[in-house]
Amino acid sequence: MADESAADATAAEVPTGTPPHALAEFWYYFSVNKGAVAGLVVFSLLVLVAIFAPFLAPHSPYEQFRDALLTPPVWQEGGRPEFILGTDPVGRDMLSRLIFGARYSLFIGLVVVVFALVSGIILGVLAGYFRGWVDTAIMRVMDVILAFPSLLLALVLVAILGPGLFNAMLAIALVLQPHFARLTRAAVMSEKNREYVVSAKVAGAGHLRLMMITILPNCVAPLIVQATLSFSNAILEAAALGFLGMGAQPPTPEWGTMLASAREFILRAPWVVTFPGLAILITVLSINLIGDGLRDALDPKLKRS
Amino acid sequence: MTGPVLEGRDIKRDYHVPGGLFGKARTVHAVKGVSFKVDKGKTLAIVGESGCGKSTLARIITLIDAATAGELLIDGNKVDIARDGLTPELRRKVQIVFQNPYGSLNPRQKIGDVLGEPLLINTAIPAAERRDLAMQMLKKVGLEEKHYNRYPHMFSGGQRQRIAIARALMLRPSLLVLDEPVSALDLSVQAQVLNLLADLQDEFELTYVFISHDLSVVRYIADEVMVMYFGEAVEYGPRDTVFGNPQHAYTKTLLAATPRADVESIRARIARKRAA
Repeated sequence: MADESAADATAAEVPTGTPPHALAEFWYYFSVNKGAVAGLVVFSLLVLVAIFAPFLAPHSPYEQFRDALLTPPVWQEGGRPEFILGTDPVGRDMLSRLIFGARYSLFIGLVVVVFALVSGIILGVLAGYFRGWVDTAIMRVMDVILAFPSLLLALVLVAILGPGLFNAMLAIALVLQPHFARLTRAAVMSEKNREYVVSAKVAGAGHLRLMMITILPNCVAPLIVQATLSFSNAILEAAALGFLGMGAQPPTPEWGTMLASAREFILRAPWVVTFPGLAILITVLSINLIGDGLRDALDPKLKRS
Repeated sequence: MTGPVLEGRDIKRDYHVPGGLFGKARTVHAVKGVSFKVDKGKTLAIVGESGCGKSTLARIITLIDAATAGELLIDGNKVDIARDGLTPELRRKVQIVFQNPYGSLNPRQKIGDVLGEPLLINTAIPAAERRDLAMQMLKKVGLEEKHYNRYPHMFSGGQRQRIAIARALMLRPSLLVLDEPVSALDLSVQAQVLNLLADLQDEFELTYVFISHDLSVVRYIADEVMVMYFGEAVEYGPRDTVFGNPQHAYTKTLLAATPRADVESIRARIARKRAA
């Protein structure tokens, strides 16, 4: 007894009482991946830009300067200092529109991921926990959704629901949701037969408690990674729908819609197309890098101890 | 009253293995008609090799699975979870401690919540009182109050097994099923946990069903011993009878298979090796 308690004392003193060292450990593994940290910095900047858009943007995103149609950026010949990134075909300031566009893109990503995550988790937990016909019914529907090319399915859905930003988000969430359902189901199935779940059952826990309180918290790591990667996917697909005229409608300063309305000027005024495209690229890239870093930090199989 | 806390009459459990593309469906008889009786405060040890049905029997006694046939009586009342379901009162009578202390605690649950959960689910005791009860139980199993807010990964195997025992005792069960509770622990910790179990048995008047394949552990803790072999109870009786005068051939083999570490047997083994 004596030597065990002595050994315990040393073992217990290292992680002191409170357990926030889980977060410190997470940061340790996350910061190993330099790309992920860079992604996090860029993404944080984007979030700040989106939040403080009204203070940062030099003009209103809707105001048309009739005397300055298709003004090139300042560093090109004919550029004007008040329009740093130039203007679009109806004389709106590109920089202001891009800054306000960040709001839309992040909002789209967030809403779509929340929709897809919540519905995917519920369906996945039900399928993985009950198995049998519930599992078969849910997963076959998921397989059908996965069998369609995602953009095509989203396009069909928006065509049915009617074009608009909200319907586009709903459609994209529905298209992304099977990935979450599958991941959750797999994680729940592997956790379900662990002894701690049986212990909770012996303690009298009901189905709902077992599913949501006992099992689900042990399945979150892969879901967080998938959520981050879906975030960028959602932004891309919303931009694609916007480009095809099915997403946000003009004059909304959404990046995909901006691309679409400017594509006829691609040779005459390349900046009108380049900058929204660059904005999408940078956002998606930074989020994907964060997702990779999260995977390294949260997946115990990739951890170097 | 001193009637048997637990009685099993001719308990059977079959598993149906569905036929695949090439194989036919067949039935595996995991437990083939086992009867036993345990009095209050006593320990029944169930011994046998891997796959002999002892863990299946444990799941039946713990009311996790239903028996295919036979009667199970707890405190003299017949229990049939396949027909009547499981009531909270029954739930409180039987608890289990699992073999692997690393798998039986939820990694995302603090020790305090692990201990409080059975009370939260089965009783209407307010949170503050649950906390006090959990603290008391922590001390009873040899842990400290500062461990209340820690996560399972911060504990050693022996400490985790203590936590698992504490959780099982939170509902004050009359019957505790111990499914190889010490076989995942090293020897010195095994002794500590066994002593703890013996102390708790005296304190709470617990009845134990102790499942093991380790005969030295069984000899230490059991009052009665049941030897299982391929789903059947081949030998059942008081500890000293079973160990002193084994009747069945399998029991004799089992007792002979216990490794010997005394000097004489080591000398004999070395002599045999030289001769060969």
